[in-house]
Amino acid sequence: MKQTTLIYKLIMALTGLFLCFFLIIHLLGNLQLLSPPELAREQFNWYSHLLSGNIVIKIISYVLYLSIIAHAVYALIITRVNAKAKGSKYVYDNRSEVSSWNSRNMGILGTIILIFLIIHFKDYWYIYKFGNLPLDADGNKNLYTIVITSFQQAWYVILYELSFIALGFHLLHGFFSAARTLGLYHRRYAQAIRIVGWIYSLAITLGFMLIPIYIYFNLNS
Amino acid sequence: MKLKLKIWRQENREAKGNIISYDVEGISEHMSFLEMLDLLNERLIKQGERVIEFDHDCREGICGACGMMINGRAHGPLSGTTTCQLHMRSFKDGETVYIEPFRAAAFPVLRDLKIDRSAFDHIIQSGGYVSASTGQAPESNSILIPHNITEAAFDAAACIGCGACVATCKNSSAALFTSAKISHLVLLPQGKTESADRVIQMVNQMDEEGFGHCSNTDACEVECPQEISTLHIGRMNYEYNKALLLRK
Repeated sequence: MKQTTLIYKLIMALTGLFLCFFLIIHLLGNLQLLSPPELAREQFNWYSHLLSGNIVIKIISYVLYLSIIAHAVYALIITRVNAKAKGSKYVYDNRSEVSSWNSRNMGILGTIILIFLIIHFKDYWYIYKFGNLPLDADGNKNLYTIVITSFQQAWYVILYELSFIALGFHLLHGFFSAARTLGLYHRRYAQAIRIVGWIYSLAITLGFMLIPIYIYFNLNS
Repeated sequence: MKLKLKIWRQENREAKGNIISYDVEGISEHMSFLEMLDLLNERLIKQGERVIEFDHDCREGICGACGMMINGRAHGPLSGTTTCQLHMRSFKDGETVYIEPFRAAAFPVLRDLKIDRSAFDHIIQSGGYVSASTGQAPESNSILIPHNITEAAFDAAACIGCGACVATCKNSSAALFTSAKISHLVLLPQGKTESADRVIQMVNQMDEEGFGHCSNTDACEVECPQEISTLHIGRMNYEYNKALLLRK
């Protein structure tokens, strides 16, 4: 069976929704950083150690890497097909009046998120997996201190906040768009999914945005 | 009223087109947009120039023949109208108005504002029908269809195939057009039996014609003269996914 536009979109939707699900787990784990420093260090390092050792988590993490790569690769393929479908440009183009900015620029938002992810992986994931981290009192790798130190830098906090805003707009369209691609056509439930998408995007974005600010202004102590 | 028109002129499919300016005076605000172009064309004929070619037929908003990009919007600044139903009162005296053909790789420009929309016909030919043995028309009440279902099918069938959805889509996707046809037929008992093959064939044909992906920006629904709902795209996706999973 040859691959059609709708199969490409299905891959985008399924990987996207998996990433949406992952973000919830990621955020819940990160919220531990908001506890008082002593407790947070012990908790967060223990949690990080738990994740790095568990076989179930390992399988999920491979699905996660695959999803990120597939989501980005198929986005590129789709963008290429679309560029070919467009034909010649309009001399005077006012089409942006009838759709939202984020729905038209998922590619740009996605690129920002991808660049952010590379930085994010390099600074935490890579260091945790391959770097030499000092151990905390319980003998777990002390990722907590690395995180806290990095968010003492204003530019780093700003970089994260801007990326989360891009993520928020990406989620806002992506969540609804994925539901449509999966075939949601009932008027009532389509409307419900819009509302759920709003709540989800707001909760994820504001949740992630809170953490660097919280740490930067030392609100945890 | 007086307008400065900037109109796309192109000799034929292969030629490179460009924008030509025309100053048009004596326009009445009650004229439709096409009548305004007629006015300009009459003057061009008197001057011995080639008229500006554009598609039109019924001029009452139901045939889908007319369609052009006016100031960068499909069928002009109003939502939910055809070009023939757009009147000059929607423009200001002295305004500059850009007029271009609908653009998409699958809709080549034939001349000036006229485009080739055969790609839509090919999509219909690939599955937008119900197979029926010939013979006498069956008794109309022998198949019972609830009123709300006939209405829903008719809402989808109202598509006039003008191509504004493709023209306004950032990806030149024909998803709204194709989904309206699929939705229309799958809702009715006569169309249900062939639904799985139909959706696969029509979606494949849509790709083959060179239309892009649907990004769900919902711009098409705004510009569609019949205000066909993008929920039909959801239904097309549903039918397609179902066919992928269950088709024998």
